[in-house]
Amino acid sequence: MSNTDVLLEADKVVVEAGRRTILNQVSANVRRGEIVTLIGPNGSGKTTLVRVLLGLLKPDSGHVRIHPSLRIGYVPQRLTIEPSLPLSVGRFLKFGVSRGPNQQAGRRASVLAEVGAANIEDSRMHDLSGGELQRVMLARALLRDPDLLVLDEPVQGVDVTGQAEIYDLITRIRDKRGCGILMVSHDLHLVMASTDHVICLNHHVCCAGRPEAVTRDPEFQSMFGAEIAAQLAVYHHHHDHVHDVDGRPVPISVTADHAGHSHDH
Amino acid sequence: MRGIAMIIDFGVPDFMARAMLAGAGVAIVAGPLGSFMVWRRMAYFGEALAHSSLLGVVLGIVLGVMPWLTVLALSLVVAILLYLMEQSRRATLDSAIGIVAHGALAVGLVLLAFVESARLDLFSYLFGDVLAVTRQEVWLIYGGGALVLGVLAIFWHPMLSVVVNEEVASVEGVNVTTTKIAHLMILAVVVAAAMKVVGVVLIVALLIAPASAARQLANSPEQMAVFASLAGVMAVAIGLWGSYQFDTPAGPSIVVAAIGLFILAVCFGNRPVRNVP
Repeated sequence: MSNTDVLLEADKVVVEAGRRTILNQVSANVRRGEIVTLIGPNGSGKTTLVRVLLGLLKPDSGHVRIHPSLRIGYVPQRLTIEPSLPLSVGRFLKFGVSRGPNQQAGRRASVLAEVGAANIEDSRMHDLSGGELQRVMLARALLRDPDLLVLDEPVQGVDVTGQAEIYDLITRIRDKRGCGILMVSHDLHLVMASTDHVICLNHHVCCAGRPEAVTRDPEFQSMFGAEIAAQLAVYHHHHDHVHDVDGRPVPISVTADHAGHSHDH
Repeated sequence: MRGIAMIIDFGVPDFMARAMLAGAGVAIVAGPLGSFMVWRRMAYFGEALAHSSLLGVVLGIVLGVMPWLTVLALSLVVAILLYLMEQSRRATLDSAIGIVAHGALAVGLVLLAFVESARLDLFSYLFGDVLAVTRQEVWLIYGGGALVLGVLAIFWHPMLSVVVNEEVASVEGVNVTTTKIAHLMILAVVVAAAMKVVGVVLIVALLIAPASAARQLANSPEQMAVFASLAGVMAVAIGLWGSYQFDTPAGPSIVVAAIGLFILAVCFGNRPVRNVP
């Protein structure tokens, strides 16, 4: 892949809060057509990294490079609609896009169908279930025709079967639209199956690479426990291929670009 | 001023007609601004602007200029100050607002002791003096109101995006800082105008009571804003009528009417918080 495929790149980003270092020399990038997942324990700086990448937070040092004319669709971790705001799904979807074809009702209906939430345009936002809300937020992001989707904990508040469906949906969106996807997650099983590149974060990048390789990394195992890592490895035994940009299966190369530094957990 | 002539034909005194025009003008812009105050939970913020406007009145007397000007200037300064405090996150916003609001109120009252008390009827500023509104002030209210509505028209979409989610709005290309400052500026203008109608103490009620009533009936943000304006105009009409009939103070009567409309809307509104299918 050439460098022009890099949509978004963080280079040695440092974020400090008081005396604590939230992000320490973190580098990461997302390419077109690639699903990148940030994993790590709670409070490991995942959301902070996302906010830096989105330009919502200025890093104390390091750089963020954004592909010129990049259109981003962002689904935040939690969206709480103010209860006093009367808002239908249709009206909510109109917010994200400026005037143009995507403002048309037909487009809204088709994108809602794409995310599996057809016929709820007239529902009130406050009446949606967790899964419906995630899908509607995804629809809003998709209406922008994004080059990059950024999803912070996309399955929060969704039950287990719903979670698998949403990860499936995310993979389908990538396959169909070819956009880059950056996801944040702290749950491992489902996310591993639907990602190309995993960045394991605990204030610094512990390890990064294809999911199968990362799960065998000693740093990953010490962070999540060898047992869980082993389960994931077994799980991936059944998937000895991954999909490239066009959805073609490609064999797994078992090499994680290990960050190669010493520290204690 | 054909409106005045029409009302005069119905045998209403001139000052009542002017009061109605002034009150309606303020209520119309208070509708959408009050809705935003409810959505963004800025009632306390509005109180701060209102309280500090008393300092503006006193400064106007001290400097020998029209209190209108100093009230507006001070409201704008306080709005910016509160915005900066919110951004810095040094003190929690709640206490920051309290310090600014009551600080300005206290300084205003202390300063007042140094100026001739005969020149200021404190009560009229605290509770409004809409019956004494001049023709010039009516024009000022409509001029300011047109300006506020113009800014609202430009910033309506971004302001709503900020209400829904600031970070998403920012990623989607909304300039959140500009939007918030524009919002505070027009809020400061409305507060300065509303002070004449219902007084420092009751301004926030005139903003949030009609909006809260409208919430019970509205299906969209736009509907809520328009209903709030209508409810505000109704409250002004009922309040002024009551004031004329029963010789009660005009400002508080308007607020009582607005609260009454809110209670009616709650009782007969069709908007439960959650729909059970």
